[in-house]
Amino acid sequence: MSASPSIDVGTELAPLELPPLNRTTLALFAGASGDHNPIHIDIDVARSAGLDDVFAHGMLSTAYLGRLLTRWLPQQQLRSFQVRFVAITPVHGQPTCTGRVAEVAEVDGERRAKIELEARLADGTVTLSGVATVALGAAR
Amino acid sequence: MTATHLDPQSLIGKALPTFTATAERGRLRFFAKAIGEVDPVYTDVAAARVAGYGDLPVPPTFFYSLELGRPDPHGFLRDIGVDMRQILHGEEGFTYHRVVVAGEELTFRPRIVDYYEKKGGALRFLVRETQVFAAQELVAELRNVIVVRQLELV
Repeated sequence: MSASPSIDVGTELAPLELPPLNRTTLALFAGASGDHNPIHIDIDVARSAGLDDVFAHGMLSTAYLGRLLTRWLPQQQLRSFQVRFVAITPVHGQPTCTGRVAEVAEVDGERRAKIELEARLADGTVTLSGVATVALGAAR
Repeated sequence: MTATHLDPQSLIGKALPTFTATAERGRLRFFAKAIGEVDPVYTDVAAARVAGYGDLPVPPTFFYSLELGRPDPHGFLRDIGVDMRQILHGEEGFTYHRVVVAGEELTFRPRIVDYYEKKGGALRFLVRETQVFAAQELVAELRNVIVVRQLELV
């Protein structure tokens, strides 16, 4: 495991900026993720539930937050990851994922950082709010 | 549509059927494509091995997809009278004990751990937790919260 001495409270992860989500992205994610709920891919079903259009899977933005984490540190260092779905991501919405180290503490004999995570649309709407814990190395 | 009130006592603690699942390489590559993953560790077995994994790693959120692969994934919700169009995903959480890789046979043990209502039953919350084992080893734990809304369905 790599020691990560430069990571401390306030460290910000390089934001992950995504392109606008189109219908092809949603169709591919439905197939790849196994979430076949038609409300994300079939406008007729969305309308039958009183919506104007389909909307993106919350787990797609969660997967983007996962990418934010695993391009920052190897996945072996990821200990936990939780998200809360705050607002839907409409078709053509453009998420940006951000993370910031909120706390560093020793747990189970290793240094761990708590990362506050957010996915946000171009208009500022927060769609996901989350937290992850990562191991930084053996306790000092 | 009338509100269907569910009995918390009959739900909380209810064990759902145990099932097994394996993340296949091809499926992981498709998932990587769908989420725009560019790190070769997630698509190239040689790169994964250089990074210290025995095979393609199962990415952090993919356990959710493996759990959706269970037989009749929405059978439990249907049995309690929930229409899929009413469902919103509330929360999802993962605890990792080690990285799982393609080809490992995993056993999922899900159960309902909480049920509660808000706004007089207009919002109903179901909390499911799932333990994931590789052989006898606990490798991950999942927590899922769904929100069932009252909708005017047409």
